[in-house]
Amino acid sequence: MLSPLDKKLFRDIWRVKGQAIAIMLVIASGVTLMVMMDGMVNSLTDTRDTYYERYRLAEVFAPVKRAPAHMVDRVADLDGVLVAEGRINAAGQINLPGIDVPVRMQAVSLPEHRQPGLNAVYLSAGRHLQANQRDEVLLLESFAREHELAPGDRMTVTMNGARHQFHIVGLAQSPEFLYTTPPGELVPDEARFAVVWMNQKALAAVFDLDGAVNEILLRTSRDVSETGIITELDRLLSPYGGLGAYSLDDHLSNRFIVDEINSLRVSSRTVPPVFLGVAAFLLYIVISRMVQVEREQIGLLKAFGYSSVEIGGHYFKFVVLIAAGGALLGCLMGVWLGHSLSGFYQLYYKFPFLVFSVDPSAFVIGFVSSVAAASAASLLVLRRAFNLPAAEAMRPPAPPDYSASLQIPKPVSTWLDQPSRMMLRSVLRQPARAMLATLGIAAGMSLSVAMLSVMSAFDRTISLSFDVIDRSDVTVTFIEPLGSSATFSLQSLDGVFKVEPFRAVSVLMRNGVHDYRGSITALSENPALYRAVDVSMQAIDLPTEGIVLSRSLAEQLAILPGQWLTIEIREGRRPVIEVPVVSIADTLLGSPAFMSIETLNRLLKEPGRLSGAYLSIDQQQSQRLYRQLKDMPAVAGVTLREESRSAIREVMDTGAGAMRFIMTAIAAVISFGVVYNTARISFAERARDLASLRVLGLSRSETGFVLLGELALIALLALPVGCLLGYFLTSLIAEAFSTDLYRIPMAFVPASYGLAMLGVVVAAVVSGILLQRDIHRLDLVSALKIRE
Amino acid sequence: MADKQQPLPAFNVIGLTRQYGEGAAAVHALQGIDLQIPASALVVLLGPSGSGKSTLLNIMGGLDHASSGECWFFDQALHQFSEKALSLYRRQNVGFVFQFYNLMPSLTARENVELVTEIADSPMAADEALALVGLDHRLDHFPAQLSGGEQQRVAIARAIAKNPTLLLCDEPTGALDSATGRTVLKVLQQVNQQLGTTVLIVTHAAATAEMADRVIHFADGKIREVIENPAPVPAEQIVW
Repeated sequence: MLSPLDKKLFRDIWRVKGQAIAIMLVIASGVTLMVMMDGMVNSLTDTRDTYYERYRLAEVFAPVKRAPAHMVDRVADLDGVLVAEGRINAAGQINLPGIDVPVRMQAVSLPEHRQPGLNAVYLSAGRHLQANQRDEVLLLESFAREHELAPGDRMTVTMNGARHQFHIVGLAQSPEFLYTTPPGELVPDEARFAVVWMNQKALAAVFDLDGAVNEILLRTSRDVSETGIITELDRLLSPYGGLGAYSLDDHLSNRFIVDEINSLRVSSRTVPPVFLGVAAFLLYIVISRMVQVEREQIGLLKAFGYSSVEIGGHYFKFVVLIAAGGALLGCLMGVWLGHSLSGFYQLYYKFPFLVFSVDPSAFVIGFVSSVAAASAASLLVLRRAFNLPAAEAMRPPAPPDYSASLQIPKPVSTWLDQPSRMMLRSVLRQPARAMLATLGIAAGMSLSVAMLSVMSAFDRTISLSFDVIDRSDVTVTFIEPLGSSATFSLQSLDGVFKVEPFRAVSVLMRNGVHDYRGSITALSENPALYRAVDVSMQAIDLPTEGIVLSRSLAEQLAILPGQWLTIEIREGRRPVIEVPVVSIADTLLGSPAFMSIETLNRLLKEPGRLSGAYLSIDQQQSQRLYRQLKDMPAVAGVTLREESRSAIREVMDTGAGAMRFIMTAIAAVISFGVVYNTARISFAERARDLASLRVLGLSRSETGFVLLGELALIALLALPVGCLLGYFLTSLIAEAFSTDLYRIPMAFVPASYGLAMLGVVVAAVVSGILLQRDIHRLDLVSALKIRE
Repeated sequence: MADKQQPLPAFNVIGLTRQYGEGAAAVHALQGIDLQIPASALVVLLGPSGSGKSTLLNIMGGLDHASSGECWFFDQALHQFSEKALSLYRRQNVGFVFQFYNLMPSLTARENVELVTEIADSPMAADEALALVGLDHRLDHFPAQLSGGEQQRVAIARAIAKNPTLLLCDEPTGALDSATGRTVLKVLQQVNQQLGTTVLIVTHAAATAEMADRVIHFADGKIREVIENPAPVPAEQIVW
């Protein structure tokens, strides 16, 4: 049997169902995002861990020039090494009919006669390689899909300067190639980079590595330090041209996915609280209105003998029901949306499987935070209900007292007509409420500002990278560094306007406890096609001594200009050098380091060498040029700037960055919801006053002014506050969206602020129009009879 | 037949009906009212709740539309007025006084009166109107700082400040004790006598009838009886 108070509760909710639903939806949006993103983080982490475990992904990678196969056993015998496996990992090119640009490829060996002990592959179509078959390959599934290749097809590959025909027998996925990036490049591109798996002997034959390996993979036991093992490995493999062992943490594909997951995690913790804050504000307004209207009923209930706690509990239940309803809806929507998106995520992250699962704690957090936010808001109001004396019911209604509130200063007041006074006093009488309304609108607006700013920041990242820093049309990379004559060979090709050589070497940089595995890009003097730029977008002159670091790299190494950096170069005679950091470059893609090519070559004692070149070309002759480049055996790859630009855009638009679209849409809805709700409630509170004004002969527009003027004033106040909040939220969200691959700059984009402000103004105007309609419909007679 | 010399009555109501709702649920608030109210009269409309007296007052005040019949205010056909014309009619001719005063809580006594004088054609000064109701010492008080009787007097001052032709009062003493009620009635009588304003008072306090020139008794949406009162009693002598 429901108690009478509980019956009242359900009828009250039914009565304000419109607003109750609006608030539930705001809470639900917050909880949906939280549950979905949290579930995604959870699922991606679980899936990644399971995938890594099931396919035995190595924990340490040790590339070498050439090590005899027995070294693998030596490595396996090291303390703390559980499994070691040798393999061949080499580069090549795939020649696809109809594609002029050479497509880069990585060939990885698989052991014959047995399963690989580490880095196994998941076969998604076709069959595994058969032992002793030299022309069979497995092809990376995502690449095959891009080019519509299937088991049974043949393809031509150039490796070590010779052409080979291969037969595709199966399509595969692997945990080490979740992101496929050509060596030395940053942006993953499924169409332009392939991985093939071949029998070990077949690959060894191509690269003259019989009885040898060029990469050793290992897994270590938990109780030894990875750093110790890496040091030991480097020492052991140094005679064989060790290029520096590194752990999974530094593995590019893994780093990328860890970053994406972190990015999702940060967003899942920064954005939902804004929603819950807004919902709390709305609930506060609704409940405060209810308590105000039901003042007499509360007094009467007290007169009947209900305790303050029982009555407080009644209103509290109202809040909790709405909050819990919203949270429940949010949980369900979050799970549903997560499930629907997981197919998309599986494809994007290239997992063979992805089970969407939400940690139960996400539900608990969703519920508790919704209810807590809602209760916090309503407790303020409930205190008023508690303090209400029972005699209230018997007294005639007292008009709200304006004598004790803030007064309009005299000089201002004399200029105002009565409607303006009413409007201003209504704001001044409850400054806390006006402030909350302002904050509520500002919160919704700040979310729009932040999302819009971050959106244009994404564009800025792309534009800075591809219009200011990289202005080449084509980047050519050689298999091995070549002598300076290569520059002339490129220059002599038809359609080449300008050639700027570069040298790229992989390095380990150290500053105290901080280190970073990456590469140094060494550029020619006064480059025009690819430049390091400073914060004001001016080209930085590369010094004859010293290095220029990108901002993100300097931050990771915790180093400032003027300080000295230790660099272990992993190529050539592998010198370890100390260089001063000369200045900081502003790049938004990756974490590059720049040097002058003369300086680097001098340090390497390899004068005139280049790893590749940036070209500007005649677009009319591009196809012919690509074909010529494809036929040059020294060329490892050709990167087109426009292709990189669209590839990075795709990464930004489909990964964690895709969330920005969902959030912008929700932000717009919230801004409108808050503005409209504020206006609606203020209308409900003032209906009787407004009707009285109409009766006194004020026209509809004069009456509308009293109400809408207040809305306009609050919306106006909210604009600067929203801008300020938006500025801070932008930096928070920009940081959250930044990954290892790209940084989203904290940029002040006036257009975003303008657009968000316009959004609030439009919301206010639309709310005003809707309300003006209500003012038209005001029932004058009944409004006057209501005693309030 | 009306004599040509005789002035037009303030109100001439012919066959007025007002129905709310449809079919079986229909409520017939007014069922064919015929009535004349001379200018400058003080008329009391008496009757139990739901008898139709407030409905008639609302139609005469331009707050509601009749379902059928005619309602003439001097030579103006209110029953043909648009919403906008009614608004203008209220603005120019009618002063309202309600049971619950309907003051703007955010405006002081003077400002509440100015609310109306700002939009009226030839108003009296707000201070003057408040002096007429004996509130010249409470000009800058907010409604919350005034007693019920004082609030009602501000409402009357607000109603008369624009020099209306017509003062419509719906239960003006309904929320007041008898002493305060008498003060309010006295003010209404004084406005009628000094300014010549036509005053219509809806009430169910029968004693109020003693101060009227004419008393109209309502029952079940019809006029049951109209009584002329040649010797109205001063309001301060009324007992109820």
